[in-house]
Amino acid sequence: MYVIICMHCFCPQNYPLYIRSVPSQSELKFHYTVHTSLDVVEEKISTVGKAMAEQRELYLGLLYPTEDYKVYGYVTNSKVKFVIVVDSSNTSLRDNEIRSMFRKLHNSFTDVMCNPFYNPGDPIQSKAFDSMVSAMMVQSS
Amino acid sequence: MESLTLTDVEQKYYSDLFIYCDVDNTKKVASNGKVLDLFRAAQLSNDVVLQITELCGATRLGHFGRSQFYIALKLIAIAQSGLPLRVESLNSVKDLPLPRFVVGKNEQEARHAAMYPDTENQGPYTSVIPRPPGRVQTKKVSTHEVIQPCVPTVEPQPDTTSPVVSPHQSPPTSPHAWRKHKRQASGGAVERQPAVAGASWPPFREAQSGPVAGDGLWSAHSPPPVQESWVSFTDTPPSSTLPAMHPSSAQESTTVRTVASAATTNEIQRQASGYDDPWKITDEQRQYYVNQFKTIQPDLTGFIPGSAAKEFFTKSKLPILELSHIWELSDFDKDGALTLDEFCAAFHLVVARKNGYDLPEKLPESLMPKLIDLDDSAGVPEPAPEVGFSGSPVEVTPNKSPSMPSLNQTWPELNQSNEQWETFSERSSSSQTLTQFDSNIAPADPDTAIVHPVPIRMTPSKIHMQEMELKRTGSDHAHPTSPLMPKQPELSEEKKLAATIKFPVTTVGDGYSSSDSFTSDQEPISSAVTRQRSHSGTSPEGLKVVAPPPPPPRPHASHSRSSSLDMNRNFAAVPAGTQQQAGVVAFPPAVPPRPLATQTSVPHGHRSVDGDSLPTHTSTSPQQIPEQPNFADFSQFQAFAVEKPPEDGDKQQESVQVEKTADAAGAMRAVMSETQPEQTTATVNSAKGSTPLAPPPKPVRRRLKSEDELRPEMEDHPQKSGLVATVLATQPSIPRSVGKDKKAIQASIRRNKETNTVLARLNSELQQQLKDLLEERISLEVQLEQLRPFSHL
Repeated sequence: MYVIICMHCFCPQNYPLYIRSVPSQSELKFHYTVHTSLDVVEEKISTVGKAMAEQRELYLGLLYPTEDYKVYGYVTNSKVKFVIVVDSSNTSLRDNEIRSMFRKLHNSFTDVMCNPFYNPGDPIQSKAFDSMVSAMMVQSS
Repeated sequence: MESLTLTDVEQKYYSDLFIYCDVDNTKKVASNGKVLDLFRAAQLSNDVVLQITELCGATRLGHFGRSQFYIALKLIAIAQSGLPLRVESLNSVKDLPLPRFVVGKNEQEARHAAMYPDTENQGPYTSVIPRPPGRVQTKKVSTHEVIQPCVPTVEPQPDTTSPVVSPHQSPPTSPHAWRKHKRQASGGAVERQPAVAGASWPPFREAQSGPVAGDGLWSAHSPPPVQESWVSFTDTPPSSTLPAMHPSSAQESTTVRTVASAATTNEIQRQASGYDDPWKITDEQRQYYVNQFKTIQPDLTGFIPGSAAKEFFTKSKLPILELSHIWELSDFDKDGALTLDEFCAAFHLVVARKNGYDLPEKLPESLMPKLIDLDDSAGVPEPAPEVGFSGSPVEVTPNKSPSMPSLNQTWPELNQSNEQWETFSERSSSSQTLTQFDSNIAPADPDTAIVHPVPIRMTPSKIHMQEMELKRTGSDHAHPTSPLMPKQPELSEEKKLAATIKFPVTTVGDGYSSSDSFTSDQEPISSAVTRQRSHSGTSPEGLKVVAPPPPPPRPHASHSRSSSLDMNRNFAAVPAGTQQQAGVVAFPPAVPPRPLATQTSVPHGHRSVDGDSLPTHTSTSPQQIPEQPNFADFSQFQAFAVEKPPEDGDKQQESVQVEKTADAAGAMRAVMSETQPEQTTATVNSAKGSTPLAPPPKPVRRRLKSEDELRPEMEDHPQKSGLVATVLATQPSIPRSVGKDKKAIQASIRRNKETNTVLARLNSELQQQLKDLLEERISLEVQLEQLRPFSHL
């Protein structure tokens, strides 16, 4: 059973760059959840205000928990947002692990960005990125 | 059978084919099936094949021995070259090209499977191998490859003859085959066409022959199958053993065979290279890539930025998605730029893709820019020869043989290296480091904020504090004397070092006051004074405050004083009797005038100076003033400043002065505060005062003098005060004579006016000094407050 249910990337304009879900449950529900979680992300990054970009933590942490799953958020310095939905049943997934997952995501995303053939704002079609996400989703289970 | 003479090439070739056909047996007898398939692969009609078999004697034997096989092969060659089949022609025909066989697909697949250790290939591999070649062959008539027998005989290395030959021989089939190869029916296996090297070989050569431009490269697709076939040929002998053998063992058999057949080293390399690593870049290819690299980036050790690489590879007309994938594969250090090795790898992949080969999921080993030094992963990969770019064929074989079977293992190794890459990049590009970088800036600020100097010397401030306190408290003169005596030089020294202005000012003031306390010794005091003056002069603000050096800087003042002195003397001469006092007394400009406030007569001018304190002390009569013991102090001051021996009265004043000094500090402030309003009033008084009045009594002058002495501008004050004092001293006698003689009055009026102007000038100067002193006092007080906590250290 996969712990990570889905992983989404959003561009600064809040439309999705990358969506990956475990193709089991109703993916639409998770899409909806993730989309609403963007509001929480926006709220978190707007509260810092003047201490912007210096002190703002990239890892946003638990955005909000529901009874079934938890949603974690992460935002880069360029306002690219990563959202991970994790199954709540697995309590062994510590915060550090989530952080490391986000770090890996960020690194892979950076690699995608470094590709001159990738235009920012395009959906991410990098195989390396896909493989990394797959590995992550498999690993955490 | 007729004797058969074969050239070495033929010998080798035939032996390879024989081994290929000799699946079961031990090099003596070839199975019929395989041989027949092989013969059919020669694209000869069945009749010809039958004829050949008959000629070689296989029909007689029922099987193909080695000799029969060789004969058959030669006959095939003859038939293919269009010559009639004759036994006699076996030996007569010279320069017979080697027979060409179109290898079946399965063989190719098997070979490819061996070369490309992709798991996905294993499927088709395993599924295809069991099929008899014939079946496969029939099915794949369209997808045949032409074996280039000439290839193994040719040196693989930059030998233009052999490479040239192959394309010429099979130009018609090449595009045909190539088109078929372009990811068709047989699925992934097709894509695993061997010899990417081969594929790119003709393009490369065409580019070589033609314009060395990217266009030439991109358009040259036709010849690849030639090389492919060549490569495939080299693998056909071992390919037969592939199903049963490990690729390494196949390699070994190849090597054994090649060694046994005394093949050239080049041949080994050819086979090995073709067998091992289709992704390997050959020398010529690499050279071409390097040239292309130079067109973009002349420095071979430099980088090609991503944008330039994008433009370059976009010319290949590959889809952006594939180019993106190629970039991901080739940019090993993920820096957004391509080094030479990365560029070559990318170019190689583009060429392969253009030729119809699918891009691998992971970068092939031979295209790795750097496998050895992972520590430099983030740095520029050394321009060392690529792993796949082997120099000697002997090395290639042992390298590749273990690598081939372990190629599957290399992928996890690469994965690990990728992970290492990832970790490295993670370390370098992690978000935390991003934020930490920012946060690193902040802590630097406090470090840089260690700016404010701490120039204060605790000890001197302590001393000053003590002095000030002592003076304020009015303790024993001995006390201030004794501690001050030894401290004075220290003070002066510290004044030198002190960065603040106040210290010189205070020290000057203190010093002066202390020097004043040393009644016995004028010289050292004056020297101390001068020393202090000099010290204060060194300090920047001290310069400003104590700036005016002794007399010379103020010629007018001195002049005025001298004039006033003269006038005082004149005045003194008139009244007669006060000369001494006039000469002696150097009246302080500030305090003394107070008692003279009432005396608005003659010494208005004087009073203007003395009038600083006059208005507030109008109560005291001028006559009483000289009697005040305070004034004696001032005269004492004056005496010291002017370096004149104190008069008797001064002596008295000295005694009093000592006391006065103790209070001078305290009095100074009061005086100074008073002088401000006094100054204003003094001017008014001076304006008012026109009647010749007796010059303000000495005590007034002395008060002024003391105040002046306490001020940092001591050198001026004594003189000024001296002048004033003399003037004032002489003046008291004036009013007495005024009423008597009109002329005398007028003269006195004139003199008074002169003194008035002098004193007015003095007044203005003193007012300015007062203002400065007040400012300094305020700053000093502030500093004292700041220093107070340190004074206890």
